Amino acid sequence: MKAYIRDIVNGTWSLLVGMTITIRYFFGPVVTLQYPHQTVPMKPRFRGHIDLVLDERKGTNKCIVCNACMKTCPSGCITLEGEKREGVKQKVLTYYQLDFTKCSLCGLCVEVCPTAALDFSKDYNLVGSQESEFVFDLLKRLEERKQ
Amino acid sequence: MTIDPELLRLLLYLVGFIAFIATNAAYLVWLERKEAGHIQCRIGPKEVGPFGLLQPVADGLKLMTKQLIIPKGADSFLFRLGPVLVMTPAVMCFVTIPYSDTIVARNLDVGLLAIFAFASVNVLGLLLGAWGSRNKYAVISAARVVSQNVAYEIPMLIVIVTMVMVTGTMNLHEVVTTQLGGFWHWNVFRFTASPLMPVAFLIYFVCMLAETNRAPFDMAEAESELIAGAFTEYPGMGFGVFFMGEYANIVVGTSMATILFLGGWDCPFGLWPGLHWFLIKMYALIFTVIWIRWTFPRTTFYSLLNLSWKVLIPVAFANLILTSALLKVL
Repeated sequence: MKAYIRDIVNGTWSLLVGMTITIRYFFGPVVTLQYPHQTVPMKPRFRGHIDLVLDERKGTNKCIVCNACMKTCPSGCITLEGEKREGVKQKVLTYYQLDFTKCSLCGLCVEVCPTAALDFSKDYNLVGSQESEFVFDLLKRLEERKQ
Repeated sequence: MTIDPELLRLLLYLVGFIAFIATNAAYLVWLERKEAGHIQCRIGPKEVGPFGLLQPVADGLKLMTKQLIIPKGADSFLFRLGPVLVMTPAVMCFVTIPYSDTIVARNLDVGLLAIFAFASVNVLGLLLGAWGSRNKYAVISAARVVSQNVAYEIPMLIVIVTMVMVTGTMNLHEVVTTQLGGFWHWNVFRFTASPLMPVAFLIYFVCMLAETNRAPFDMAEAESELIAGAFTEYPGMGFGVFFMGEYANIVVGTSMATILFLGGWDCPFGLWPGLHWFLIKMYALIFTVIWIRWTFPRTTFYSLLNLSWKVLIPVAFANLILTSALLKVL
């Protein structure tokens, strides 16, 4: 009989304790981020896919077509071409393709680049229905960014 | 042409009650989702209209546009009758509920009895709907609903008998008038009648939760065990009517709790009694009902029945005997 009454009293008490916890959360702050309307500030070390860096002085990329990034890439997702032009000391980049479907974001290409021509972009809204949408022409992206 | 004023009165009350029930059903869903959201540190509905206030309208439109499918081999008459039998008694309960000194459709002398007579019909609706849908999960679930409702009807009615003894009337208007004049007159704090009065209120509240199939006693729609339970086969608005019935029953249950224990339209400090106090008390209780739903997980069926038969009924009986003894002595 004693245990029965103690059971009822303890049970009721524990239910009330549970309810005080939830009501505290009810009046507590809301932590939801309204994603399409609000976004978290981007962290400086965020690693998106790689992108060519714009050289402010020259107005073009910094690439010297040494092919170091292509050679160091473990998954072979970088393809680039360059040509020798009259009156220019280094080779000029004519084509730079990143196959992002293969990239593992290891960052070796960024580290190995002697002229710091590569950097991580901050793009994360990458959605597509076809694989070909993730093969980026980085030179074209740089041109688009310049405008 | 003259219109019988009595007929006009009845019609106006009918329209008023149905509007009241429909808005309550719609906006209690909204309140439920908002409250659930805030308890879980979310916001809840917010996209449709300001603060998501048009969300119930959108939900209603969605339910109405769905096709009404009657399963093959189902008893189509019983299948259609199910939601009606859940909704109608819920509406009929409103007839005798006094919302203020003047707002009452019919001031019956047996108002309390009428409400509990009507309220017990909704189990029949659930059972017939489940039986008519020719689905074994629905039938199993309906059996659970019936045993649950029978189990919880008993302690609830024992508490009601106690309250009838204390107030000495079944007329709900008179039940409230005996409690007027400040919160120390309310039946919850009527310690001269029985020191267990708050416990009786608690028993009534728990039974009401179980009767309306609310969590943690929502065995009718235990989706993890029974795929939506008794109304598995109901599409669109058929399902919606079951839910409207559930919310209407919550409104009836909390109204009864307000009338029987919390003094109806009485102000706690003896000033400005009226409809607003009734609504404040009622919605505070509804808030608690929703708060309980989002606090406790669903119980198992055995502990549900154990709670009723081993705890609530003995305690309610003890309270009944204590109250009758004290009423005789004092």
